[in-house]
Amino acid sequence: MNDFVNPTIEYAQLWPILVVFGVACLGVVLEAFLPRGRRHLSQSVLAVLGLAAALGGTVYVGLDLHKFGGGAARGLIAAEGTIVVDGPTVYLWGLILVFSIGGVLLFAERRLEGGVSAFAGQAAALPGTEAERQASTQGLDHTEVYPLLMFAVGGMMLFPAANDLLTMFVALEVLSLPLYLLCGLARRRRLLSQEAALKYFLLGAFSSGFFLYGVALIYGFAGSMQFSDINEAVRNDASNQSLLLIGMGMLAVGLLFKVGAAPFHSWTPDVYQGAPTAVTAFMAAGTKIAAFGAMLRLFYVAFGSDRWSWQPMLWVIAILTMLVGAVLAVVQTDVKRMLAYSSIAHTGFLLTGVLGVQSASELSDGQVTSMQAVLFYLTTYGFAMVGGFAVVTLVRDSGGEATSFARWAGLGRRSPLVAGVFAFFLLSMAGIPLTAGFVGKWAVFTVALAAGAWPVVVVAIGSSIIAVYFYVRLILLMFFTEAEGEVASVTTPSLLTSATIAVGVVATLVLGVVPGPVLDLAGHAGQFIR
Amino acid sequence: MNDFPWLTLLILVPLVGSLLVAFLPKAPGSALPKQVAVAVSLLTLAIGVAIAAQFSSGDGMQLTETHTWIDAFGVNYALGVDGLGLLMILLTVALVPIVLVASWNEADDGNAAAFFGWALALEAFSLAVFAATDVFLFYVVFEATLIPAYFLIGGFGREGRAFAALKFLMFQLGGGLVLLAGVIGLYVVSAQQGSPSYLLSDLSQLNLSTGAERWLFVAFFIAFAVKAPLFPLHTWLADTTERATPGTSVLLVCVLDKIGTFGMLRFCLGLFPEASQWATPVVVTLALISIVYGALIAIGQDDILRLIGLTSLSHFGFITLGIFAFSSQGGSGAILYMVNHGIGTAALFLLAGFLIRRRGTTLISQMGGLEKVTPVLAGLFLIAGLATLGLPGLSPFVSEILVLISAFDYHWWVGGVAVSGIVLAAIYVLWMYQRVMTGPTPPTVEGTRDLGRRELVAVAPLMLALVVLGFYPRPLLDVANPTVYSLMEHVGVSDAPPAVPAADNGSAEEGHQ
Repeated sequence: MNDFVNPTIEYAQLWPILVVFGVACLGVVLEAFLPRGRRHLSQSVLAVLGLAAALGGTVYVGLDLHKFGGGAARGLIAAEGTIVVDGPTVYLWGLILVFSIGGVLLFAERRLEGGVSAFAGQAAALPGTEAERQASTQGLDHTEVYPLLMFAVGGMMLFPAANDLLTMFVALEVLSLPLYLLCGLARRRRLLSQEAALKYFLLGAFSSGFFLYGVALIYGFAGSMQFSDINEAVRNDASNQSLLLIGMGMLAVGLLFKVGAAPFHSWTPDVYQGAPTAVTAFMAAGTKIAAFGAMLRLFYVAFGSDRWSWQPMLWVIAILTMLVGAVLAVVQTDVKRMLAYSSIAHTGFLLTGVLGVQSASELSDGQVTSMQAVLFYLTTYGFAMVGGFAVVTLVRDSGGEATSFARWAGLGRRSPLVAGVFAFFLLSMAGIPLTAGFVGKWAVFTVALAAGAWPVVVVAIGSSIIAVYFYVRLILLMFFTEAEGEVASVTTPSLLTSATIAVGVVATLVLGVVPGPVLDLAGHAGQFIR
Repeated sequence: MNDFPWLTLLILVPLVGSLLVAFLPKAPGSALPKQVAVAVSLLTLAIGVAIAAQFSSGDGMQLTETHTWIDAFGVNYALGVDGLGLLMILLTVALVPIVLVASWNEADDGNAAAFFGWALALEAFSLAVFAATDVFLFYVVFEATLIPAYFLIGGFGREGRAFAALKFLMFQLGGGLVLLAGVIGLYVVSAQQGSPSYLLSDLSQLNLSTGAERWLFVAFFIAFAVKAPLFPLHTWLADTTERATPGTSVLLVCVLDKIGTFGMLRFCLGLFPEASQWATPVVVTLALISIVYGALIAIGQDDILRLIGLTSLSHFGFITLGIFAFSSQGGSGAILYMVNHGIGTAALFLLAGFLIRRRGTTLISQMGGLEKVTPVLAGLFLIAGLATLGLPGLSPFVSEILVLISAFDYHWWVGGVAVSGIVLAAIYVLWMYQRVMTGPTPPTVEGTRDLGRRELVAVAPLMLALVVLGFYPRPLLDVANPTVYSLMEHVGVSDAPPAVPAADNGSAEEGHQ
């Protein structure tokens, strides 16, 4: 028998992720031992502090990464080859943590609902029963949402950092399970929320099954779970192509489900609409960032040598996703659903960036790389989505959030500031110059065109035109349409939500006017290491 | 030369002014925002004049400023003016104060501060468009002009303006996204040939393959044809001018639409000379259709604002024809036409606006008989109308004759078709005047006021310019000609030796024979 070898864990590089998981566990303990009245404050403060510490740690780790190949890549492979901490990982960690802090701030908002949070008082109480009434008269609050969020954040951070298929699968589950639960916890419209949670859970479990099956097939092909070994096998082993292709397809299904790409997008509108809006904001930004990070790593690192097999697939998926998202968004009459379809369209644009990968020899000096473009787009997308959904939480009528278009008519006259801010986010999503969305769109279209994917770019331009229509129509509704019947009004939020929205606006403007530093940062992140 | 950033100042003043006007603390109904806005626009005018004073004709790009903006994309914040840019800048800075004074009371039932603020923002972005010498910067401000324009159309004007604003924006953004494809294509080509750059000076050195050049040309041209507008991408024009206030229409048609023809000259000809020649037959055909079709449907309109909007379709046809006839008369004529059309159409729109305020309708069939009650308004309206139809002695005549000469040079039937546009113009202008002004005075309009002092102050500079530039167009031609000559040289065409000396005032030929 071999001697037991102590595994080396690079705590100095991995501690941001460990802090997040540690705080999540601490949150569970607090939930068990603190009296109910003090949970909300301590849980939210703990979550923000934990995330801030992790963010600080991420910056610190990022500054100190070991460089490879003349600065083309940086980082190290940690935890016995299961986790990679390289430039893109650190960038994605930073993004996820920034948007998670925004998520916690939105979770902690209590002024909008008159002193309670947006989450159900007692999730176990059936809607419409005596127990539910009791819970709401007592002003009960679910504070478990903070540990749940922290677990999800931990999963999101692990997802793009995973260096083997099994770690990736574990991360996928760790990030998904808390989200399924969070989706079902809305205080208002509970049936809708629970339906969303169930739908998300069933479809998500199904897609995880696909992913796991893909893991098994790829293991059968390569004889290893490690991405670098899979890459070697793809390079050297011409036999068993069918095993590789089927496995690749199955893995793609799992990932494409998570990012909400067509034809695996159908959960998106229902879940985005049914989930509490704060959860939607967090999920829309965080999940997409994590899943795109994982997708980039899987396709670039593990299957990078077999580019010609998966690029055509992504062409088709990207085209389909953009068209489905843009066309179906046109017929929506609910703000949250419209944003959900718009997020599907954004997935398509991001895929356009993903498929624009070129080998280093094909790129000229200083040209934008596909990685840089996708990372930047994720940044701009996250700020606009979190900010946009945060604005949606403010627009309310007697029944809570009013998301139907009819209620938004004339909002620009009643509350010009809030409507103006929302219009600004919409313009960014539409990709109008001087907003961050434009620079992001420019970047992903450019890399795709440079890689010769001009048909995808043509469709992307076409879908952008369609997308402009539904964004502008909403602006038209807010500013130039006379209100009829009952309308929604803006409730003044506490500092938490205002701060989130303000950061979103400032970031969207700054990234639109001077995108240089962040673009350079995304460029300095360099390539993946294997 | 000093290094003072004149052009940046020119853009910043109205931009800061617009924010100032929008967020100024004010009592409801106070005139303070309007006064501040007019003051800012006059200051901008002064800066524009100062720039013109430093400009020396024939020295290429001047007052240039170049700063790195987005290093990763090869984008620079680069400004500069040549003769073409200078004329457009002067037109813009002159028209904006006139529009603001003329629209003093237009927005009183809405948020007046917003109207004046958006107008200044539109001015700032338009000036940036005319000064940009970096394609990416140009694209950014090109699209940015749409946001103020959208809010000007959607927020102020008549019933149905919300729909008109949506239609306007959809057309423009659609064209803009096609242009985006071209801009991205330029990046890819420039990256393939070394380091990516968006500077106009670098891009004109590119070695484009024929196919790539043609595709890029098509993308750019479609965007500019929507903007200009040309048949068949013009349908937003009449709907927009019908619903918007006359002041907004002036800003749109006389300033914003010039970006279309400006872009054709600067980018289509400047960056894709061979493709421009390749596309000439199609473009000339579209221009001819625009000339005749615009004039024909203008004749049939009963809404005076729609009618004036459609006359512009015909005029933009002339401008495009001049550009793509590839001769020095055509080029100079087109640039001159852009200026003169700006002045003439602005006068017509503003006077029509005054008229509509007095009559309370925009329908030509319900007007009539104002001539005796308001002789000054009627007289000025007639002069503006005659300018539009190209009466000798008024400035549009000079540019029209130059364009027609180049059209006959290009081919006799092209000239023949274009001339019919002038005949049709006479019909729509004179028939409109007849129905609007002449006839028995109905008793309901007996006491109508003639033009007030504010209204006269607003249109007087335009009238003066129409007459002065009609007799003495030389300053304009002196500024425009060097640009045209260098463009012609770049495209690689030279004028055919004239069999007959050209029958214009001769200055277009100066330094050329």
